[in-house]
Amino acid sequence: MILAAVLQFVTQTERRMSRQLQQQISFKALDGVVEVKSKFEAEYRRFAFKRNCPGGFQEFYTLLQTIHRIPEVDMLLGYADDHGDLLPINNDDNFNKAISSANPLLRIIITRKEDEPVGFGTNSLQRHKKGLGLTGLRNAGSLSSHSKSKIGLMIGRPQNFRQISSIIDVDILPETHRRVRLHKHGTHKPLGFYIRDGASMRVTPYGVEKVPGVYISRLVRGGLAESTGLLGVNDEILEVNGIDVTGKSLDQVTDMMVANSHNLIVTVKPANQRNNVMHRGSKNTGNSGSFGSNGSTGSALSHDSTGPASQSTPITASNSIVEGDSDEENDDDDDDDDDDDDGDLILESDCLMFYQNHNNMNFTSERLGNTPVVRNLQQSVSMPEYMAANLRAHQNGHQSQTA
Amino acid sequence: MKRFRRHGQESQRDRLKQELYQFNKTVEHGFPHQPSALGYSPTLQLLAIGTCSGAIKLYGAPGVEFMGLHDENAAVSQIHFLPHQVELVTLLDDNSLHMWTLRAHTGLSELLEIGRFTLTGPPGAPPSVTRVTAVLAHSSGELLLLGTEGGHVFIVQVPGFRELEERNISLAEVANSVPDDNLGHRNLEHVEALQENPANPNHVAIGYGRGLIIIWDLEKRCAIQHFLATQQLESVWWTEDRGYILSSHSDGSYCRWTFGEENGNDVEKSDIPYGHFPCKAISKIIQLHTKEGTPFLLFSGGMPRASFGDRHCITVIHNKTHVALDFTSRIIDFFVIKDGQLNSGGPSALVVLVEEELVVIDLRAEGWPVIQTPYLVPLHSSAITCSHHVSAIPLKLWERILAAGEQQKTNYSKKPWPITGGQNLAPHPPQRDLLLTGHEDGTVRFWDASGVCLYPMYKLSTAGVFHTDTETNDNHQGAEGEWPPFRKVGSFDPYSDDPRLGIQKIHLCKYSGYLALAGTAGQVLMLEVNDEAAEQTVETKVVDLLLGQEGFRWKGHTRLDVQEEPVLYEPGFQPFSLVQCQPPAVVTALSLHSEWKLVAYGTSHGFGLFDYQQKMNVFIKCTLNPSDHLAMEGPLSRVKSIKKSLRHSFRRIRHSRVSLRKQHVNNTAKLQEANAHLEAELSKTELAPIQRKVEARSSDDSFTGLVRILYFADTFLSDSSHNTPSLWAGTNGGCVYAIILRLPSVEHRTDEPITAHPEKEIQLMHRAPVVGLIVLDGHGSPLPEPLEVAHDLACSPDTQGAHHLVVVSEEQFKVFTLPKVSAKMKLKLTAIDGSRIRRVGVAWFGSSQSEHYGESGLVVLTNQGDLHVVSLPGVKLQVRFPCIRKEDVSGIASCVFTKHGQGFYLISPSEFERFSLSTRCLVEPRCLVEVPLDLGASIQGVKKLDGYLSALSETSQEFQNSDSSARCVMEHALLNDEEVLQEIQKSLEGDHV
Repeated sequence: MILAAVLQFVTQTERRMSRQLQQQISFKALDGVVEVKSKFEAEYRRFAFKRNCPGGFQEFYTLLQTIHRIPEVDMLLGYADDHGDLLPINNDDNFNKAISSANPLLRIIITRKEDEPVGFGTNSLQRHKKGLGLTGLRNAGSLSSHSKSKIGLMIGRPQNFRQISSIIDVDILPETHRRVRLHKHGTHKPLGFYIRDGASMRVTPYGVEKVPGVYISRLVRGGLAESTGLLGVNDEILEVNGIDVTGKSLDQVTDMMVANSHNLIVTVKPANQRNNVMHRGSKNTGNSGSFGSNGSTGSALSHDSTGPASQSTPITASNSIVEGDSDEENDDDDDDDDDDDDGDLILESDCLMFYQNHNNMNFTSERLGNTPVVRNLQQSVSMPEYMAANLRAHQNGHQSQTA
Repeated sequence: MKRFRRHGQESQRDRLKQELYQFNKTVEHGFPHQPSALGYSPTLQLLAIGTCSGAIKLYGAPGVEFMGLHDENAAVSQIHFLPHQVELVTLLDDNSLHMWTLRAHTGLSELLEIGRFTLTGPPGAPPSVTRVTAVLAHSSGELLLLGTEGGHVFIVQVPGFRELEERNISLAEVANSVPDDNLGHRNLEHVEALQENPANPNHVAIGYGRGLIIIWDLEKRCAIQHFLATQQLESVWWTEDRGYILSSHSDGSYCRWTFGEENGNDVEKSDIPYGHFPCKAISKIIQLHTKEGTPFLLFSGGMPRASFGDRHCITVIHNKTHVALDFTSRIIDFFVIKDGQLNSGGPSALVVLVEEELVVIDLRAEGWPVIQTPYLVPLHSSAITCSHHVSAIPLKLWERILAAGEQQKTNYSKKPWPITGGQNLAPHPPQRDLLLTGHEDGTVRFWDASGVCLYPMYKLSTAGVFHTDTETNDNHQGAEGEWPPFRKVGSFDPYSDDPRLGIQKIHLCKYSGYLALAGTAGQVLMLEVNDEAAEQTVETKVVDLLLGQEGFRWKGHTRLDVQEEPVLYEPGFQPFSLVQCQPPAVVTALSLHSEWKLVAYGTSHGFGLFDYQQKMNVFIKCTLNPSDHLAMEGPLSRVKSIKKSLRHSFRRIRHSRVSLRKQHVNNTAKLQEANAHLEAELSKTELAPIQRKVEARSSDDSFTGLVRILYFADTFLSDSSHNTPSLWAGTNGGCVYAIILRLPSVEHRTDEPITAHPEKEIQLMHRAPVVGLIVLDGHGSPLPEPLEVAHDLACSPDTQGAHHLVVVSEEQFKVFTLPKVSAKMKLKLTAIDGSRIRRVGVAWFGSSQSEHYGESGLVVLTNQGDLHVVSLPGVKLQVRFPCIRKEDVSGIASCVFTKHGQGFYLISPSEFERFSLSTRCLVEPRCLVEVPLDLGASIQGVKKLDGYLSALSETSQEFQNSDSSARCVMEHALLNDEEVLQEIQKSLEGDHV
């Protein structure tokens, strides 16, 4: 089982690398050592084990208990994947996934089971999260309602899933509208939808008027948009990341969506108005919505990319803040923190000397400032010096350990 | 920060913006697209051209230009100046007449529309009754004669367009005054021509389509004489001297009739000049007398239908000389300029407007050479593929280019430009600006873009460097005894020998005279200006941008074959070094650094750096994504898609034709129609509704490795204490490469090699194409151009403060610190308003209020056709002006910015629109047109004061000293001088108070 998973990973990397210009492999991950840095409360432990014989989840679980000297404590395990998302480890499958994502550092975060449930998911490692900065339909003070999402019908634990989409701003939008956030960078799925021109009816001070509008024309099978179930064909697009699209051409709207594709928020008027989110009294508002009584079973507010499709309580990014390895974070990028696309990858010369023709590998960009995840240690990624030094020290240390 | 900014600062900034930025479209350069009518005023010496889009353009002396646009989007079919006045009448396709005038306002003339008019027929009459086919502006300046399709001639008083119904010449009146037997009850058809007798303004020749010509006396209101031709009439001409009337006909014949003889109703002479076999119609005929006696006969058309029916010819016959001027495009119209103050002399120049250019021929000089036109030059004599603007050319280089250009103009007439109307009052251009256009046939044209006239200076051809198939010179012309005696004239030649020769990128160093040209087949040519002709070979280097990697197969065109023998290059820019990229894909980026003697070039596969001093390749970087198959396709796949879309549009056309034909269905057509209908239905289903895919950019997209921009900078790349030379490259996939360069010292520059190694890479997360890279110095101003500091034209960049890198992608502006690259500021564009950056340039804006204040900024053109100015180094949006229609993709793609906030873009294949964003730098026509007063006064008296223009000028110096006319001049001057008027006004008001 484990071996198979590892093999799968190997083939994956091979496929990825075959795209590279030269079959030059630079992943340290294949060296066979997984460095683990685990955190429990305020304590850190560092250790390493061979990648090809890690045993199963249970073995790892007890290993951690021993290392942290907490044999009686029930733990929840989480790890930071290469997108900076906090994902759970609770079975052999996701344990293997965790190992495969280590390159070679694997960061484990241990929490007590009786503690407040950890919000796993995209951006959950983020330090601070400003408001969406949406204009228009927002009411004053709507953001202050930071109430916890109400636990409703619960089948799978929400923290076991990575968030790929959410309905937001339910409290401030008209019921007929839906604001959907697609988290592209948590997944390799394509966004997967097409838009077209159409005519829309609007109520104006001079009566009902027919105006040009933009509609979703097609969903790609297996794409992110389709898999969320939150967007449908013939939904009218009203806003893109808070900007009204009225008067904009189809190409302009397309370009806006592409430019925001890393964190796309579309406000639509669904063609099917039967699944609208209903307001459930003022207490229950917040960034998350819940189903109306007639909610059909097909769609859920928050979907998982790996687990079984199930209805679950939505977790919005705003109420799920988990501190990562805070000692390694730098806080100097407050300036444009509201942007998720500041992950420009900067490679310095030492790597370029080695790989003149590595032709820019498939880096999915990360938020370097907040979650420095280094894929290839030979490439020094732009990050504070002490941090890089830290990493190098780890590496050396482990090598001596494993040797 | 923002919270604490005070309101006062904001408003101060707003005021500053007004002082710095201002948007104007100033002048159109080049040749009007689709000209449809030509007019000329001998008194004003102004030329007028009307176009299919309803524009009229007036041209006089170089720099004197006016432009007007009819509100109706209809083609201008005729233009007539009112004799001896500043008014002109245009007839549009929609049968409306428009009156335009050149009105003086604060010492400058402007073209204004002052009236419009449409003939109204009697109620119930068919529209053809009032459809105007011929216009005559009567020499009295008061009357307009309008011949119509119905055969009536309406007389209208101008400028007010008052119909004089009682004076109309109806078909019935004409029929009454002509003996019945001649007409034979035939329909006279429409009025084809109206001509006034040059000797007697009361006599007007009316030519009808069927061939009848009537001489009508306006005063007596009767026909004096009539001539009946057997062929369809094309045009009528009344000779000035002996009272002959010439008529040209549809069978290629012309006839001469004698006017004034009682019984001279028969043809005096009839001839088919290119006869024997059937000929095409002679559409216009002119005969002009000379002092020597033998007249000039000029006519257009009349070619033998079978053998030369496709030629566009004007035949000129004088004495024994007979030449058929063979033009490269359709003839719109022509006229002849005559010598002498009152145009009483013999013909001096023939002006021909053809569809793609204006050709002026010197009829005085031996061999009738062409006169070089100072404006209206066809920019598109071969299609424009790129353009490059260089501001403030040093005088030395300017003179060398001019001298090289002079030597090319051997075949032109020495005669000065014969159209000299108006005065150019524009201030002398403050600097010498050069616009370089690259063309499809491998030529580069150098234009003087300093002023209103885009004047051709020099033409450079790169075709000589290569072997091309078309070495065989077409020497068929000039063959002895050929009939008709053709002579090719005009420079419009859209047919490229080899599309691979096309010029794609140009970079000229104005200080050193080095020029880098890059073309369609991956060729990068280095040239140097030389005043002497030289015979030399070009040293060639082939550069493999794929670095020898296997498994790639280029499917596009092959690279060009280089001439191995020495070639004689004429004075001017001469090539000395050539780099050929392999694969030979089109060069997409080019940068020249003349101080370091380096040239960088990029294609869709990678980029390279070439040392043109040592003629060595320094560095190559492959940027190609191995899964990118499209990049290896070459331009062929594009051609395929064009073909496909053409096919679609043809289908659509066919479909629409079918629907038109439905009105008269016949049985045989039914089957065809059904088929066409079926096909149309099929094509409809093929065309899916327009939809757009929404997808994040990925590294696997096509053409991510295409190099969009190359930039040299002397900046802090590796550490913050030493600045080093560096090369920057930006790709379509949002990647920026920084290469550090090690240059040997000046004394070892020729022998020690230059080394380059990659230093940094920045992958923008949003992966949008990088379209601009600029390094800002410690003061936040862009680094100067190479050699600019050495020539004392810029202060050296500040190296004390930290440098910054500005990366402009199609979606946003981003400022990074140097040498440690980290994002500092950014400005998003696409995410906010959905527009993408197409063109970007750095410009300096001077304040209109204070002489010394100025700012650098980024000038940006988006795919929505909007111009933005973005401040530096703060990257804040300053102003936005809509400029180009967003549908005009080629216009947006052709845009080029100057260093002082102006720009050019193509509004048609043959015209550049010039615009200015600066309050300080503005090149626009400022000119004054006046009626020569001696003519105006003696013939006209003073009737329309405001039509005439103010202030006495040189042109009126030779004014006769008669009392009465002197008085009217004074009246003019007084009544038109605003100051005087205001003073009078004031004194009057003062009296009241």
